[in-house]
Amino acid sequence: MNIHIAAQINSFLAAFVLLTAFGMLVQRRMYGLVHLFTWQGLFLSLNTAVVGYVAQRHHLYISSVLTLALKVILLPYILHVLIQRLKVHKEIETVVNVPMTMLIGIALVIFSYHLMSPVRELSTLVTRSTLAVALATVMIGLLMMITRKHAVTQIIGFLAMENGLFFAATSATYGMPLVVELGVALDILIAAFIFGIFFFHIHTTFDSLDVEQMARLKEED
Amino acid sequence: MLLVLLLVPLFAAVVLAFIGDRRFAPEINIAGSAATFAAGAGLAVQVYMEGPMLAGGKFFFVDAFNVYLSVLTSFVSMTTAIFSRRYMRREREHGRVGHIRMRFYHAMFQLFIFAMLLCLLTNNVGVLWIAMELATLSTVLLVSLYRTPTAIEAAWKYFILCGVGIAQALFGTVLLYFAAEKVLGEGGEALLWTNLSRISGELEPTVLSLAFVFLMVGYGTKVGLVPLHNWLPDAHSEGPTPISAVLSGLLLNIALYALVRCKVLVDGATGTHHAGHIMMGFGLLSILVAAFSLLRQKDIKRMFSYSSIEHMGIATFAFGLGGPVATFGALLHMLVHSLAKSSIFFTVGHASQMHRTQEMDRIKGLFRGNPLVGWGLMLGVMAIAGMPPFGIFTSEFLILTATMKDAPLLTPFLLLGLAVAFAALFRRVQPMVAGDVPSYQKPMKAAHIPVLLHMALVLVIGIYMPDFLNKWFHTAVELLK
Repeated sequence: MNIHIAAQINSFLAAFVLLTAFGMLVQRRMYGLVHLFTWQGLFLSLNTAVVGYVAQRHHLYISSVLTLALKVILLPYILHVLIQRLKVHKEIETVVNVPMTMLIGIALVIFSYHLMSPVRELSTLVTRSTLAVALATVMIGLLMMITRKHAVTQIIGFLAMENGLFFAATSATYGMPLVVELGVALDILIAAFIFGIFFFHIHTTFDSLDVEQMARLKEED
Repeated sequence: MLLVLLLVPLFAAVVLAFIGDRRFAPEINIAGSAATFAAGAGLAVQVYMEGPMLAGGKFFFVDAFNVYLSVLTSFVSMTTAIFSRRYMRREREHGRVGHIRMRFYHAMFQLFIFAMLLCLLTNNVGVLWIAMELATLSTVLLVSLYRTPTAIEAAWKYFILCGVGIAQALFGTVLLYFAAEKVLGEGGEALLWTNLSRISGELEPTVLSLAFVFLMVGYGTKVGLVPLHNWLPDAHSEGPTPISAVLSGLLLNIALYALVRCKVLVDGATGTHHAGHIMMGFGLLSILVAAFSLLRQKDIKRMFSYSSIEHMGIATFAFGLGGPVATFGALLHMLVHSLAKSSIFFTVGHASQMHRTQEMDRIKGLFRGNPLVGWGLMLGVMAIAGMPPFGIFTSEFLILTATMKDAPLLTPFLLLGLAVAFAALFRRVQPMVAGDVPSYQKPMKAAHIPVLLHMALVLVIGIYMPDFLNKWFHTAVELLK
């Protein structure tokens, strides 16, 4: 595989990662969201493997398998089980102002390109053009957490942000050192257990997973 | 010694997870923390004799900056364990926590201590991030320990907002690695702080200043700087009081430590005062917003959480200001604030247990009801408000002098913040300690050793600074230049 084709494949997969991020931004069904998240993980894992092959960085294969196991199999499975147990799969969240959210998303992509342009200039890697996409994915995950009010959606936004960060590490530097990648994966795993427990706590205490109800702790005047 | 210091709390966490809620579990918790402190003190002696060192194949390192924070962390966690024995036993009697949660509480407490020490002692900037996230995750479920609606809300906010914040710091770390890799080559070596600080002048300045913005937002969220502070008063006031004490007293310091380490690299690369100015801005805003928010508080733990924001603002401002005097002041401020604030939380915990409420309007007559708690709170507030002869007066005085010299125009704002905070605290504390004992106040035995120990240390440091501390601070000032 020559460098040119590899760069093309890399950009192609990056486009899909971004597309799934936009999809999540407006997807209202819980299962739909989990499916989109699974796809995003798969694209990420493929991309990591491709970059690993082109750049001859064998530790990226480990990251790729790790991503596959964690973000394509384990986390979606946990989310599926939680959604089923908590009986929220029929819930359809109202998403306010879809066109506006999309426009903000697009603005964030442009902003990311602007922000990352000095870094791209300095980079000599095959993957340099996708760094901006990675930052955009992080920002869109953040936007999703702000605009959505369901606990499950917020967590998926959080995990999507993490996907973006992982993508950024692959694009900017062919991945972080292995010890860091493993540590981050461990942190995500712990976080998954914690939000699992949390969903049950919120559900039993508030009778729903809508975080809008959690508004008791406001500054009193 | 360094590895022992890390292994003791990890081992204690495992042991406590297994023995669970037996009668002697709190004592084992104390023993574990005391062993950690002993290891910390041993490490301090070693560093004092032999100077900075690396351990575990360059993976860990200790210098004048992190050694005193490690000792402080292990010391405060020990006194908190002593305080928590009586406090949590009473919470169980009141039926606020059960068997499983007590097991969980003890194990997580030790894991949290481990995470903080790992943050301090690791040489790898990536592992620093991981440990910081671990420290957050281990305390999230402790904040929601009481399972009340407000506690769950606070913990959720803490989890989500800190998760988002710290994600930005990871992006900053990726950018830092991007710049470092060009100079140091690929692999783990390029993230080692000892290597980075050596070659910081060769790092690409544009990338580093971009990275600093992300690192500032990320670690700044964890320091609780305004406007990223929203989670802090909730998380620090809804959890059990021993957890409030370590969150306010220790975790904020650790986050600031991470931020300062990053700032040193960025300063080295850019050669300008850009990063310092950002920190000064955040710091000053935090001081002012927190001081005025103090005026409006009704919940006692919430009020002292805002006071933590204010003090972290002061330290951040001083680190941003730079220069030997301000940096010395900031290092000292981190130390004395941590001691005074955790001591205040101990007394606050007793006071709210005596009255079964955290509302300040219903807490009264502490001097007569329980002199130790009353005087402990009063002296603690005097210390935290910056009255001489306590140590916080010294550190704030140093910071003020440096401000007058280097940034005279900002002095009035700093003074305004300090004055408002002073007034707000005294207005609230006066009615709580003075007056008659109300009928609903229940007498109780207080854990007096932690409070007395902390206040004595704050006082001693205010009057006479020990030689070894002085030496460390001076070395740390050199490191952070």
